[in-house]
Amino acid sequence: MLKIENLHASVGDKAILKGINLEVKPGEVHAIMGPNGSGKSTLSYVLAGRDGYEVTDGSVTYNGEDLIEKDADERACDGIYLAFQYPVEIPGVSNSYFLRAAVNAQRKHRGEDELDAMGFLKLAREKAKLLELPDNLMHRPVNVGFSGGEKKRNEIFHMAVLEPQLCLLDETDSGLDIDALKTVANGVNSLRSPDRAMIVVTHYQRLLDYIVPDQVHVLSGGKIVKSGDKDLAKQLEAEGYGDLVAA
Amino acid sequence: MEELDRKPKTSDDDHVDELLNRDYEAGFVTDIESESLPPGLDEGVIREISKRKEEPEFMLEFRLNAFREWQKMQEPEWAHVNYEKVDYQSISYYSAPKLNDGPKSLDEVDPELLATYEKLGISLKEQEVLAGVQGAPKVAVDAVFDSVSVATTFKETLNEAGVIFCPISEACREHPELVQKYLGTVVPTGDNFFAALNSAVFSDGSFVYIPEGVRCPMELSTYFRINAANTGQFERTIIIADKGSYVSYLEGCTAPMRDENQLHAAVVELVALDDAEIKYSTVQNWYPGDENGKGGIYNFVTKRADCRGVNSKVSWTQVETGSAITWKYPSCILTGDNSVGEFYSVAVTNKRQEADTGTKMIHVGKNTRSTVISKGISAGRSNNSYRGLIKILPNAEGARNYTQCDSLLMGDQCGAHTFPYIEGKNPSAQVEHEATTSKISEDQLFYCLQRGLSEEDAVGLIVNGFCKEVMKNLPMEFAVEAQKLLGISLEGSVG
Ligand SMILES: Nc1ncnc2c1ncn2[C@@H]1O[C@H](COP(=O)(O)OP(=O)(O)O)[C@@H](O)[C@H]1O
Ligand SMILES: [Mg+2]
Repeated sequence: MLKIENLHASVGDKAILKGINLEVKPGEVHAIMGPNGSGKSTLSYVLAGRDGYEVTDGSVTYNGEDLIEKDADERACDGIYLAFQYPVEIPGVSNSYFLRAAVNAQRKHRGEDELDAMGFLKLAREKAKLLELPDNLMHRPVNVGFSGGEKKRNEIFHMAVLEPQLCLLDETDSGLDIDALKTVANGVNSLRSPDRAMIVVTHYQRLLDYIVPDQVHVLSGGKIVKSGDKDLAKQLEAEGYGDLVAA
Repeated sequence: MEELDRKPKTSDDDHVDELLNRDYEAGFVTDIESESLPPGLDEGVIREISKRKEEPEFMLEFRLNAFREWQKMQEPEWAHVNYEKVDYQSISYYSAPKLNDGPKSLDEVDPELLATYEKLGISLKEQEVLAGVQGAPKVAVDAVFDSVSVATTFKETLNEAGVIFCPISEACREHPELVQKYLGTVVPTGDNFFAALNSAVFSDGSFVYIPEGVRCPMELSTYFRINAANTGQFERTIIIADKGSYVSYLEGCTAPMRDENQLHAAVVELVALDDAEIKYSTVQNWYPGDENGKGGIYNFVTKRADCRGVNSKVSWTQVETGSAITWKYPSCILTGDNSVGEFYSVAVTNKRQEADTGTKMIHVGKNTRSTVISKGISAGRSNNSYRGLIKILPNAEGARNYTQCDSLLMGDQCGAHTFPYIEGKNPSAQVEHEATTSKISEDQLFYCLQRGLSEEDAVGLIVNGFCKEVMKNLPMEFAVEAQKLLGISLEGSVG
């Protein structure tokens, strides 16, 4: 589904990603771990097509197509979803209005009919229940005044409604207490399916107790310095990044 | 006096680019035979206008007095706008489509004119509704084309309710006592340069009278269209809400694209008597000129309401997206005790447009209250200023005002300015002012794009969110139009 080869990327003049290789197949969940500043968010932004994050070398193919040439909105419509580490506030625009606009933009792109208000509401209610999202969060302006936990939950709610193919979760666990973490992890797990892949970026092993990955990669200094199965995460938890980062 | 003048420069500006072009959809010219007075202004021209309109003697006197005052006045220069001075002798002060005595009924309106309004989304057929909004209430329309009203709809329904809704030239003939009683009582002839000019030469506009205790059975609206070249449009609108009555009135405006600037100097007078309420909404989309600042309408407008009665209320809601230059301060004189004045404004400037707009709330009576919410959006190389005066007179015991003034900047070549003036002469009054300046952030844009929205939809969404508090005051059928218009006005301003 996703093939990253020798990916180099910079922001402004600063080179951040320095040769990343990663292949993700449908149904798989990959965890990317690494210390702060190692380039995890940068990788997510590069994959999502954020302006200003420039690919300087290497290639990324998604479903057999060159991803790099595509704009961010086109990538989203093609099924790439990013749950933001820091979700953004949009004053005056209700969460449900925003999400319906997004759903319909994506449906239009796929040549499907747009959902009317009723159709959308039905879909949204169903997914909100899954994530135990309080009803009022649907009607409030996007992320405005949401608590840290509510913001993260809302990101997964958007994801559940949009039903993407490739999910990038950037530190979705940070700022969540243990109960919220479980709810969010349940939501994410319920979205696991044979034709959907996930890249779960996290600083801590804790999330991976609930969302069990197929592979774990350690990112350091803009490179993947080690890969392994879920036990690698446990090992990192016990020993820290120390040796790997120094290597 | 305080000036908050901010032109923040951040690294984000690198991404927020110079604008592309968009087409002004209302920019076509209607090919219709019209009769115009030759350019120029003197007493003879004024007598001729009055004669063509078959006005009673008091009207001619009103005009001539105003003209004499105007001749002694100077064009104001205090506004934060730059434009080439208008040559008042090169404008024609009267232009009317040839009508053979004016239409008797809607069936007799020139099909070319009907088609013009159709194309602008305004239906002059009574069985249709505006803007295709399903279930929208019916709206009565007065269509003003250059200097004259060409059609007024739903006259009979309104007659039954006792509501007078007609072109002001008709009101001068049919209801001279009402016109004489109220004309110039809110905006005196010598109020300011443009108001004096308007008083001397005004051509058409709407006249509304809602009798005591009547809730107007439908929205009333006037649609102004400038078509002829080298003409000014000088409309005059008067709305009187008698005791305990209610009316909601909408005003829309467009003009063809022309290389020369054209002058629009309107005066609107509102009077609300005891317990009456007037809601006045404007969606202004005059031709703004091109990206180099060539052409466009000079929109110099005096709009004022007198909340004359106790417990009366007037709300101004305006969405201003057009015009090369806007100079406009819809105001309320809160004369009656407990009267309420509201001003909700969205002003968008793009390309080389300049807007200096705001309001004046004059608290005269006791416990008078006013609310001002202004949202300025600047893009391109435009300038957008809010200018507001809150004045509390000595007897305005317990007066309260709340003002909120937010500016949104798109790109780094535009300007946003806030000029709030507060004059308080009563210690029991409370006046609050809040101001913010922000930009559409890269974060917000990327967040929207990442959910699949196009850049244009994203900007439209963010801007509409920014204006929400104002837009929600517009009648539903206008809000849909206004939302679209906001999107269109800013098309290509980010990218
Ligand atoms: N917009 C930017 N401009 C300059 N440097 C940046 C920018 N974004 C991130 N960086 C730098 O890139 C490195 C990786 O950041 P990031 O991808 O956010 O790491 P992580 O998510 O792993 O904590 C850090 O050194 C950070 O300071
Ligand atoms: Mg990060």
